[in-house]
Amino acid sequence: MRNTVKLLATALTLGVAIAATTPAQAEDKSIIVQSTTSTQNSGLFDHILPMFEKATGIKVNVVAVGTGQAIKNAQNCDGDVLFVHAKAAEEKFVAEGYGVKRYDVMYNDFVIVGPPADAPGVAGSNDAAGSLKKIADAKATFASRGDDSGTHKKELSLWKAAGVDVKAASVDWYRETGSGMGATLNTGVGMGAYVLTDRATWISFKNKGDFKIAVEGDKALFNQYGIMQVKPEKCPNVKAAEGQSFIDWILGAEGQNAIKSYKIDGQQLFFPNADPGEMKQAG
Amino acid sequence: MADRLAIDAAAGQAIARSTAGQLPLNVLGLTWKAGGKRLIDVISLQLGDGGVTVIMGPNGAGKSLLIRLLHGLLEPETGEITWNGERAGDGTRAQQAMVFQKPVLLRRSVSANIDFVLKLKGGADPTYRDELLARAGLADKARQPARAMSGGEQQRLAMVRALASKPQVLFLDEPTASLDPASVHMIETMIADVRKEGVKVVLVTHDAGQARRLAHDVVFLHRGRVAEHTPAASFFDNPSSSPARDYLAGKIVL
Amino acid sequence: MQDFAEAFRLAFHLVSQMDDELAAIIALSLRVSLTAVAISALIGLPLGALLATTRFRGRGGLLVLVNALMGLPPVVVGLLAYMMLSNAGPMGFLQLLYTPTAMIIAQAILITPIVTALSRQVLEDLNTEYAEQFASLSVPWATRVGALIVDARYGLLTVLLAGFGRAVAEVGAVIIVGGNIAHLTRVMTTAIALETSKGDLALALALGIVLLAIALSVNAAVMSLRLTAERTAHG
Ligand SMILES: Nc1ncnc2c1ncn2[C@@H]1O[C@H](COP(=O)(O)OP(=O)(O)OP(=O)(O)O)[C@@H](O)[C@H]1O
Ligand SMILES: [Mg+2]
Repeated sequence: MRNTVKLLATALTLGVAIAATTPAQAEDKSIIVQSTTSTQNSGLFDHILPMFEKATGIKVNVVAVGTGQAIKNAQNCDGDVLFVHAKAAEEKFVAEGYGVKRYDVMYNDFVIVGPPADAPGVAGSNDAAGSLKKIADAKATFASRGDDSGTHKKELSLWKAAGVDVKAASVDWYRETGSGMGATLNTGVGMGAYVLTDRATWISFKNKGDFKIAVEGDKALFNQYGIMQVKPEKCPNVKAAEGQSFIDWILGAEGQNAIKSYKIDGQQLFFPNADPGEMKQAG
Repeated sequence: MADRLAIDAAAGQAIARSTAGQLPLNVLGLTWKAGGKRLIDVISLQLGDGGVTVIMGPNGAGKSLLIRLLHGLLEPETGEITWNGERAGDGTRAQQAMVFQKPVLLRRSVSANIDFVLKLKGGADPTYRDELLARAGLADKARQPARAMSGGEQQRLAMVRALASKPQVLFLDEPTASLDPASVHMIETMIADVRKEGVKVVLVTHDAGQARRLAHDVVFLHRGRVAEHTPAASFFDNPSSSPARDYLAGKIVL
Repeated sequence: MQDFAEAFRLAFHLVSQMDDELAAIIALSLRVSLTAVAISALIGLPLGALLATTRFRGRGGLLVLVNALMGLPPVVVGLLAYMMLSNAGPMGFLQLLYTPTAMIIAQAILITPIVTALSRQVLEDLNTEYAEQFASLSVPWATRVGALIVDARYGLLTVLLAGFGRAVAEVGAVIIVGGNIAHLTRVMTTAIALETSKGDLALALALGIVLLAIALSVNAAVMSLRLTAERTAHG
């Protein structure tokens, strides 16, 4: 009996001691990048971050959430760099004084994926708004993220262009999952619903079932990623130097090449498009 | 042996352990109510120094309730209990010990049960603990879990554990109720021994033979009242109350 | 569903190969949840004992509150902890957000009500049994509580295991305050969430099976500890 008590007490003390000695940050030179699930889930960070860390010795800790939450976290000063894909919201973030300056980094595009039956007959189309209109008219099920993410914002703008009021169709054939890209794709595949997704997530997604890309190639489906530093004047904790060196690296030749070289099954997922002129100014 | 015990009992008190002492006990107009019923129905009582006071009475008469009240575990509804002038409560209880009708043993080893009391009342004393275990015939069970022992063994352990605190007053609620004759003898010997050391023993029992062997005086309870309180010698041969007469005659007492 | 068979094959493969990354994730899961259990024990056991052994004004209300807090959704706990630890929050200066310590804090908040409420029940049952004997012996309060905790040790061990089970299995709180950062704050549950969102259901399920195996080992370890303790020593 004493043994049990002693053991229990030792375990307790040990546990607390371990917790107490845990360093607040695993490494001294590290930054937190608030980013989105699409970049994380596609595996891009796993590909490019080791190169950056090797070059600079700075560890990058990525918090991958929806664009809406990433921006909110950055506004709370809980990150050094913001790396997302919702241009309007990003520009607002900078305009309101939270960010230093926004730079284009890369793009990929959105696609609409759907079941092979294709009742509304949109497969092979390159007209996003027109296809959505057809989906709405056929009352084919559509799964939306409904989470205020960059992808969700893009989707809403496309519905608007198509002249469809999805609010009215909610539950009927329009389903909001309120979750991330992956979870929404899982749901969509499960219920045979059309889904708007970024191409990178789709290519790396492993639970495709018999779903295929139905709509692609529309200019309106362009998906631009931007990066910006959280403003040190707003957030004194920001690691400005380290954050800036990450931005410099990813906009520079090394980072851009790293992005370009990331492929799954021979397909390139992201297309670097940083403006070299802007880079000069930044540097 | 039984005779010698009876003679000792009749002789009454022996060497008093402490000079201050808790006796005499004075109970005046004591009542205790539960569920709208008066379960202790105006009891007045004086107990003197030393000796064994036996409390007898039919099931449900209020014997266990009465000693709980005397020990200060229950608050009287009305009336007063004083031990040598001090009201029964935390202060008086510290010098007393009680063995409950259903012994409550800690979920530990046999010896740890005694160690717990020894530590509480002054300090660990392995020699004394082993002596107590030997007295209870439990020396070879010292490391066993207390609750895995037989009912009789548990009662013997509860008895020596009560002794471990060296009380001035010892309440025993039917301590031999489920014991074999040898164990009964063992416990009666212990009672006789502590009484010789000057400990006041208040013993509840249904065993008339045991009462005869140990009692100095007998309190007979009936329906929450004291039917009679008489010296042992006269009680067994010539009880003065009719409930006691019926009880001793083996009749159903209502 | 060939995913199912695939998951078991993968789980077996993961455990038998055990690469550094998985080992680190398992170690972090254990470290975070066991520390959270230790903290919740340090707070919850005395609090449970207090509720079990004393009567005071407002005790009933406190009991209801603690029992209700057992049902706190992890996401809510995560949000509360995030708002406290965020740089915009009152404790931001501690710089704990997105660290294992933040995850420990969140899990400790999550399971302390469980440990408190369940240990209160275990200790109160034992206290009812012991109360009169303790009163007779004039046992002081602190000694009484100590004795109750010692004597109820096996029941309390089960309480702590229940706390551990909830801690190690939750994802909602740690993903918010930990951020699921690779090599820093990724634990089993957040890794499972990540693989699920990647659509790699087989790998996610395999990780789930590994997590189950971890929980099983911890329970088995505690059980064998208890058995040896019972067999060897009663002193
Ligand atoms: N806490 C209580 N609440 C209500 N009734 C009680 C309580 N305690 C005892 N009683 C009742 O009071 C009466 C006396 O109980 P007590 O235990 O003193 O009997 P007793 O004389 O010791 O009987 P026994 O010989 O069976 O041990 C019984 O009828 C019992 O049911
Ligand atoms: Mg009784």
